Amino acid sequence: MIDTLRARFYRFLRRILTRPRVDLPLACALVILCGVGLVTLYSAGNANLPLVAGQAARFLLGGVLIMLLSRIPPSMFRNWTPWLYVGSLMLLVVVAVLGEGRGADRWLNLGIMRFQPSELMKLVMPMMVAWYLHPRQLPPRWKDILVVGLLIAIPAGLIAKQPDLGTALLVTAAGAFALFLAGMAWWRIGLLLAGVGGLIPIAWHFMHQYQRDRILTMLNPESDPLGNGWHIIQSQIAVGSGGMFGKGFEQGTQSRLDFLPEHTTDFIFAVFSEEFGLIGVCAILVLYAFIIGRCLWIAMEARDTYSRLVAGAIGMSFFVYVFVNGGMVSGLLPVVGVPMPMVSYGGTSAVTLLVGFGVLMSIHANRKVHD
Amino acid sequence: MTKLLNRRAFKDTRGEAESFRRRAFVGFALILLGLGALVGRYWFLQVRHHDEFALRSVNNSVKPRALPPTRGLIYDRNGVLLADNVPAFRLEVVPDKIQNMNTMLAELGQVVPLDSDDLDAFRKQLKQTRHFDSVPLKMRLSEDDIDRFAVNRWRFPGVDVVPYLTRRYTMGPLFAHVVGYVSRIDANDLDDLDPDVYKGTTHIGRTGVERSYEDMLHGKPGYELDEVNADGRIQRVLSVDPPTPGKNIYLSIDSRIQKAAQDAFEGRPGAAVAIDPRNGQVLAMVSVPTFDPNLFVNGISTADYKSLNTDSDKPLISRALRAAYPPGSTIKPFMALAGLEYGVRRPEDSVVSTGVFYIPGQARGYRDDQRYGAGVVNLYKAIYASVNTYFYKLALDLGIDRVSDFMGSYGFGHPSGVDIPGEVPGILPSRAWKAKHSPKEPSWYPGETVIAGIGQGYWEVTTMQLAHALATFAGRGVPYAPRAVMATADVGKSPLPLANPPSGPSLIKNAKDWEAVNEGMQMVIYSNDPLSTGAGVKLGDGFPYRIAGKSGTAERFSRTSDAYNENKNTAYLAARHRAWFEAFTPAEDPRIAVAVVLEAGAWGAKDAGPIARKILDAWLAAQGGAVPPNRPLPEPMPATSVAPEDTPQSDMPAPDTSSPTPDASSPAPDSSSAGDGTP
Repeated sequence: MIDTLRARFYRFLRRILTRPRVDLPLACALVILCGVGLVTLYSAGNANLPLVAGQAARFLLGGVLIMLLSRIPPSMFRNWTPWLYVGSLMLLVVVAVLGEGRGADRWLNLGIMRFQPSELMKLVMPMMVAWYLHPRQLPPRWKDILVVGLLIAIPAGLIAKQPDLGTALLVTAAGAFALFLAGMAWWRIGLLLAGVGGLIPIAWHFMHQYQRDRILTMLNPESDPLGNGWHIIQSQIAVGSGGMFGKGFEQGTQSRLDFLPEHTTDFIFAVFSEEFGLIGVCAILVLYAFIIGRCLWIAMEARDTYSRLVAGAIGMSFFVYVFVNGGMVSGLLPVVGVPMPMVSYGGTSAVTLLVGFGVLMSIHANRKVHD
Repeated sequence: MTKLLNRRAFKDTRGEAESFRRRAFVGFALILLGLGALVGRYWFLQVRHHDEFALRSVNNSVKPRALPPTRGLIYDRNGVLLADNVPAFRLEVVPDKIQNMNTMLAELGQVVPLDSDDLDAFRKQLKQTRHFDSVPLKMRLSEDDIDRFAVNRWRFPGVDVVPYLTRRYTMGPLFAHVVGYVSRIDANDLDDLDPDVYKGTTHIGRTGVERSYEDMLHGKPGYELDEVNADGRIQRVLSVDPPTPGKNIYLSIDSRIQKAAQDAFEGRPGAAVAIDPRNGQVLAMVSVPTFDPNLFVNGISTADYKSLNTDSDKPLISRALRAAYPPGSTIKPFMALAGLEYGVRRPEDSVVSTGVFYIPGQARGYRDDQRYGAGVVNLYKAIYASVNTYFYKLALDLGIDRVSDFMGSYGFGHPSGVDIPGEVPGILPSRAWKAKHSPKEPSWYPGETVIAGIGQGYWEVTTMQLAHALATFAGRGVPYAPRAVMATADVGKSPLPLANPPSGPSLIKNAKDWEAVNEGMQMVIYSNDPLSTGAGVKLGDGFPYRIAGKSGTAERFSRTSDAYNENKNTAYLAARHRAWFEAFTPAEDPRIAVAVVLEAGAWGAKDAGPIARKILDAWLAAQGGAVPPNRPLPEPMPATSVAPEDTPQSDMPAPDTSSPTPDASSPAPDSSSAGDGTP
């Protein structure tokens, strides 16, 4: 009995390893990106090998998860979607209750590891929107848009209250991209954006002071050079001093000498820019663009609407990471906690991203069969 | 069924795929636009404004740090090391690494003794230093301290034994008043110092040559460009511009003569200065008692300072420069010279000394030192027997203006200009001085001229001034500013002599005048007349050259009763007198002029004279014995070697112990008595 089980397990393992059901171009691009990320982390962490090894271990875990998930058919994801959504939402409520009054508490202590339910929501959100929209008449009308809006707003609101503006933004964007890809009419999009624009003053009123400060400081960082402006100024100095060709690997003084705060996590892209210059920035942005494009390609090849919307939304929210992080590091956007995907050090975020790619691989594996 | 069909009909899967395709392309185009905007932003920062950010990045991380120069060394004229830089060890604490400072200090105090001075200084500096910079806790650890700390080191993270260079005065007290000392720069000094020159320097010359030659000894600091992190900690050194060490300095003082002079006082308070009349070089300058300058280098303890400061003999005061006393009879040779030079006297002109001198028309008597007078007195006898009457009359005949003009030209009444700081000007009696300092009674009286003629009254003279005046006379009137430093040398280079040209033409108009006064001063030493002040002391015995000299015994107080005449024992007189002696040799071609003052000496010749003779003996020994005076001496040059090991102390001849001992049974009183003429 045990022998047969063991034999089946090994057969399964061998199948995963010898005939991986992954998209090779996307997998290669991800491997290159992870490699660049580890190299940058090595330099940004002042040659802290255990730090790099920890990150590499997470990448490996992510890789294994990708291979496992790629073997699960998208229909199974689709069937689990509502339960995943409800489960994630409940975890968010638990965090909100337990974390009340204790500042920015976003973690759930599971004993052996700490877990951030909001990270899970980043992935579950596009799946939920796709699940809701896929049996319905597309392009969506106001009623569906309203429901989707609620599906997005409830978890996004809970996350924003933690407060974690960056993740709330990512969750919202992921859901919104699914709506956009579902073919929501342009005039509806225009109206909706106008409405949101009108809400900004009200949102300003409900914002935390630190969130307002970040926005104000971003508009004029020199007004508070030692406080909120410090991050932005030092980050811009790092980026600007890198120049066209960069200072070279491990030569970035801004990070090595600790002038740059958070230089292994949120601001690691400043280290990258300092050491590899505009050439390096362009190269890595091309790599990101390739990955996003490949995700959209996989989405277009997908068999059904659910798969299309999920794959497309995951790909496009990848862009939000890159744009928001790259923008905040260069002083274009306010400082919100959005990591640079696969480059910033951070456990949950890297694994979540790779799990998303696992879903994509599964969609790819079950793509349309061309005649 | 219809419902289901309806729904199927509404759901246009092919259309949805097509719509998705369009949206995906539009989305991707928008994404490329966004990424393009990012590239634009990075171009703006990295290319357009690169220079500005590159500069700010460098300003962030590159900080210059001053490298203090090594202080120049100080040698005597023969290359004997007097002030050295020696490696020492101190305890330093990095406050960052200490969890509880008070507990640590209490525990550390059990291992290495820490006194309250150490702790006070430490706490003071602690407040002014950044937390990761180490702060010195205890300087100059003994070997015991280091050993005990080494064993207990594990208990004190953040506390370290750190090597540094500290000043050491190898001869200690012997040169305290010449070389002086350095001490730590404190907050008050920082206002006056050029921060570019003193960045990184911890010590500065406070007194003596250390202070007056500070600029030469200090050197020029170097700079190091350091890469620092955001906390200011040094990560690595980018470039180094090494400091220029200070120049080494050679004193003209011979440490053997200095030692002999110091020893000759046997601890009795006083001062002595020896000058080479040919060039103004100071050969010896002592002030007794003295102190150990090493105590001051790393901060003197309160207890040490208190004991030095409250000592009734005031060891911290440089008597040679700062203690001015009435010169008494030591100025009589200068008075005699003034008489000759102004044409008021010829050497053979004589007066009759009866014991008391009266200003014509006045009833007040001015006493002679012999109760019933010295009889007929010419210039020579006036000098060797120190006859007051001769000088009372001479002073009156010259008048106070000519007396003070003449004395002023020999340097009395203003600092000699020696290159050691702290000199006081003394007092040269003159109408101008009295008008300024005695506003209630500004006019000058003839009686004041009379007593000025014998060095009493307002007169105050430092040992340095007297030695300077005597050297000027001995050098046939050619004045030189006294110099304690004769040469300087860059590190590794031969010493270069410092020029010291005469400060003016010879003051002597007629060589015959010089010879007459010189002859009178030789008779002080060699005359057999029992009236001679030097009679019985035999200061010239056994010396190969002719010595010329003059004693002086100045009264500290006015005589108000007859107690003076009734208590003429040595102890009583020593409490009332200051004993002076001045001498130069060889008389015909002088090479050394000495002035000695003994604060509590009974008689100039008997008490101060032997000290002067011992100094001359040491000088002779340092010359290597008698050299015929007519043969020109090679100009003494400091040794080129800077290593103290190269100048073995055993080369120093033992001081001549055969100097004559004064015959106590036959004192030759030369006291000049000034009645109550002193206001």
